This record gives sequence, structure tokens and C-alpha cells, in this order.
Amino acid sequence: MKLLSAFLILLTLSGCASSDVWGWYVIDPTTKSGWINIKFLINGMGNTILISLIAAFFSIALGLLVALPALSHRRWLRIVNRIYVEFVRSIPLLPMLFWVFYGLPIIFKSMGLNIPIDPFWGAVITLALSDSAFTAEIYRSGIQSIARGQTEAAQTVGLSYAQTMRYVILPQAIRRILPPLANQFIYIVKMSAFASVIGMQELTRRANELVVSEYRPLELYTFLILEYLVLVLIISAGVRWLERRMGADERS
Amino acid sequence: MSDNKIEMIGVNKWFGDFHVLKDINLTVKSGERVVICGPSGSGKSTVVRCINRLEEHQSGIIRVDGIELTNDKAAIATIRSEVGMVFQQFNLFPHLSVLDNLILGPMKARGLSRTEATDRAMHYLERVRIPEQADKRPSQLSGGQQQRVAIARSLTMEPKVMLFDEPTSALDPEMISEVLDVMVSLAQDGMTMIVVTHEMGFARKVADQMIFMDSGEIVEAGPPEPFFTAPKSGRCQKFLSQILQH
Repeated sequence: MKLLSAFLILLTLSGCASSDVWGWYVIDPTTKSGWINIKFLINGMGNTILISLIAAFFSIALGLLVALPALSHRRWLRIVNRIYVEFVRSIPLLPMLFWVFYGLPIIFKSMGLNIPIDPFWGAVITLALSDSAFTAEIYRSGIQSIARGQTEAAQTVGLSYAQTMRYVILPQAIRRILPPLANQFIYIVKMSAFASVIGMQELTRRANELVVSEYRPLELYTFLILEYLVLVLIISAGVRWLERRMGADERS
Repeated sequence: MSDNKIEMIGVNKWFGDFHVLKDINLTVKSGERVVICGPSGSGKSTVVRCINRLEEHQSGIIRVDGIELTNDKAAIATIRSEVGMVFQQFNLFPHLSVLDNLILGPMKARGLSRTEATDRAMHYLERVRIPEQADKRPSQLSGGQQQRVAIARSLTMEPKVMLFDEPTSALDPEMISEVLDVMVSLAQDGMTMIVVTHEMGFARKVADQMIFMDSGEIVEAGPPEPFFTAPKSGRCQKFLSQILQH
């Protein structure tokens, strides 16, 4: 927070020093038009958060589904996992977004399905898919980091595979999985900016639209960056709180 | 029905190309205490781990209480429920309290109620003389205490056979005797035991049968008296003189 205010003061000062470079009037809350602009920009926050939350939810579910075959004794199941992870991980987000938004409806249509994909769900599907490869890896390494001896001990006291997972492995793995998973959420929030190119009214799209009408890219994009900064700082504070709680749990 | 708790007949096992167990034959009668010793890498832990199917053998027959170990999951489950195991690294569940470590198996695998399981757990915690630690986490205990909890955890399943895989090797010297004392008292109560250990004082005190293994083979086997005083093979003589010297 100190850093943030220092940054803001610096920007304002440099604005005062050379008033021909900076034109903060565009988002000056004391003027009517400036206040309207600010409200317009901040109103994109709801969609950014909503897209990120829903995408994260699907990514977490899909990731576990993708990770489980990786832990199997059967080779072909592990190969299925590897192919998915390597394939999805190597596609850049923007082409994937274009493919989902413009391409997928054509496939649906050819199959006789009438499933329209609006910008909102296009963004959610793409972010969830793209992120699932990473969450799957987080699950896999988290579960594999639990020593083999734990499984063996569970077996020797008569637990089945499912019981071993449920009572011994997952409760321990979750402490290692949750912090990096929460961290991954920050990536989703940042990557949701790409949704602007398919017309989703979120933070970045709003800033773009205002830049076109106001010709003030420097001030508006600075404001945009600060919006993301505040959002991510809040999330990372949450992640740190989570890590502290998990750590405290482990020690007790 | 024979009196044999464990029978291994012509058991062979490979890790890839490495022949870890070569034609192992071993019979353990009910109430008998067998101590296995030998240099590291001799396959002694693998023998024990084959008996409850933590490792799979490739040829030969292993029977526990008359049931043959195959890929049959039900047979494996039955055998595991009759065979307790104590590991070198304790392998307690770190996220659970001592008491929860002990009641997990009885509740989930045996279907006991929480009260029944708790009663049983406290009984065995008293048996290993640490009932006062029931609510602590394993990480708050000393190594010796952790290993005693691990022994109690196995006992709560009321096994017919107990396997010990180097139970004192990861312990500080001053904690070894507290664990061995518990094992001696188990032996005195007539528990069938197979113990992999280098603690020869313990072996002398409780063993009915001594086994010396080297490079995957049983080199020497027999009652402790001729085993310690007049070992037949040169390899066993050399090994014993090395570990008995200090």
C-alpha cells in the first residue's frame, strides 16, 4: 500500500511539473465528466472479477480431472495426461480465445447444435481451458510430493486406495496445493484482459473505449494498470493469509 | 491347517535386471520370533515387504496364515489386515493427532465406532507407555516416541503377525532401548514377529530363529545359539564380527 501511494504521488507530481504531458482532467473526480469517466472505467471491475472467478472454478475442477490419470499405474492413462497438458500449455491464450470464440460455434453448428458463444462464456471457457493444464500440474506435484511411505502405512492399516486418498494423501497434499492454486488465480485475473478483444466489457475494454473518445491513452492506461494493481494486491494479501494459515497448521 | 503363519517357498524377485531375492525359503510358526540381519542391499527389507505385498514377488509361493498372495485384491486385503508393519521412518500421518493416527484403521477398515476405536487406541498407547501424548501431533514427539506410536498403530489392528523393518535404524542411540523394550514385551506376550535389525542384543534375547542374508540369498539360518557362537559360513562370521565388535 505504501508502494502504491508513493507511485501515485510520483505520477501526480510529474503531472504538475509538465502539464502539457499529463491531462488528469479526464478522470478528475471533482468534475462531472471526470467522475462519469471514472465510474465507466471502474464498472468493468465486476465482469473482470466474475470472469476470473468462474474460470478459476472450472479450471480447478478440470485440473483435478486431468491430474488423476497422471497418478495412475497405467501407462496409457499417464500418456493421456501428458498429451493434454503439453498441448494445452503450448497454445498462447489469444489464439485459443479466437479459436473458441470464432471457431468453436462453427463446429457446434456442423454438429447440428445451436450453442451460441457470447464474449463472456468465450472468455470463461478459454481461460479455464488454458489454466487447467497448469492447475493439473499443481495437483500432480502436490500429490506426488507426499512420501510413498504414507501410502504404504495407510495400506498396512487396511485402508483401500480411495480411503488412502481421502484420509491420508489429499488432506496433506491440499496444504501444498492451495497456495500455488491461489497464486494461479492472479494469472487468470491478468489474462482476463484478453477478453477485451472479443468485445467483453471488462476493465481493459472500458479503458480502450474511453481512449478512443478522449485521446488520453497515458492517463487512462495508467489508471487501468492501477486498477489491476489494486485487484491483484488484494488477492495476494489473501494468498499470503492462506499460506500463513496453512503453515501454522502444519507446525501445530 | 498347519501351524505355519508364514511360508515362503522358492521366492524370487527382480527390480528390473537386478535379482534382489534369490530362491528364498522361510517358514515362521505361530508365536515364533525371527530376526533377519545382513549387510545393506542384501534384500532383507524386501523379504519383509513382500509378505504384506508392498512389493510383488515374481516367482515362488508366499502364504500368510494359509492364504496365498496373488494379484487377488481380496486376498491381499485379508493378509494386510492380519499383518502389522513398523517402518524405519515411522510413517505416522503428520496431519493427524496421535489418537487419530491410531483410530483411522480400526474405524475405516474394521468398521469400529469412534468410542470403540478410541478405547482400543488408548489401551495400546498404554501398552507402549505414552497414553499422555494422545492429543499431540507426531512432530511434537521424539523419534523413540513416534516409533512407539507407530507400533501401537499397528497393534490397534490386532494383527496376527508383526513385521519390523529396521525399527531402530532412524533413531538416536538414547532412544533405541525404549523401542526395543516395547518389542521385547510384545515377544514375551507370544506375538509372531519378523524383525529386520542389527540390534544383536535384542536378537539374542528374543529370537527363536536367526537369518543372515547376503546379496539376495539366505546364507545362514538357525537358532541363535549356534548362529552367534559358531556361524558356519565365512560371510556370516565376518558380518557378525563387524557388528559385534563395537
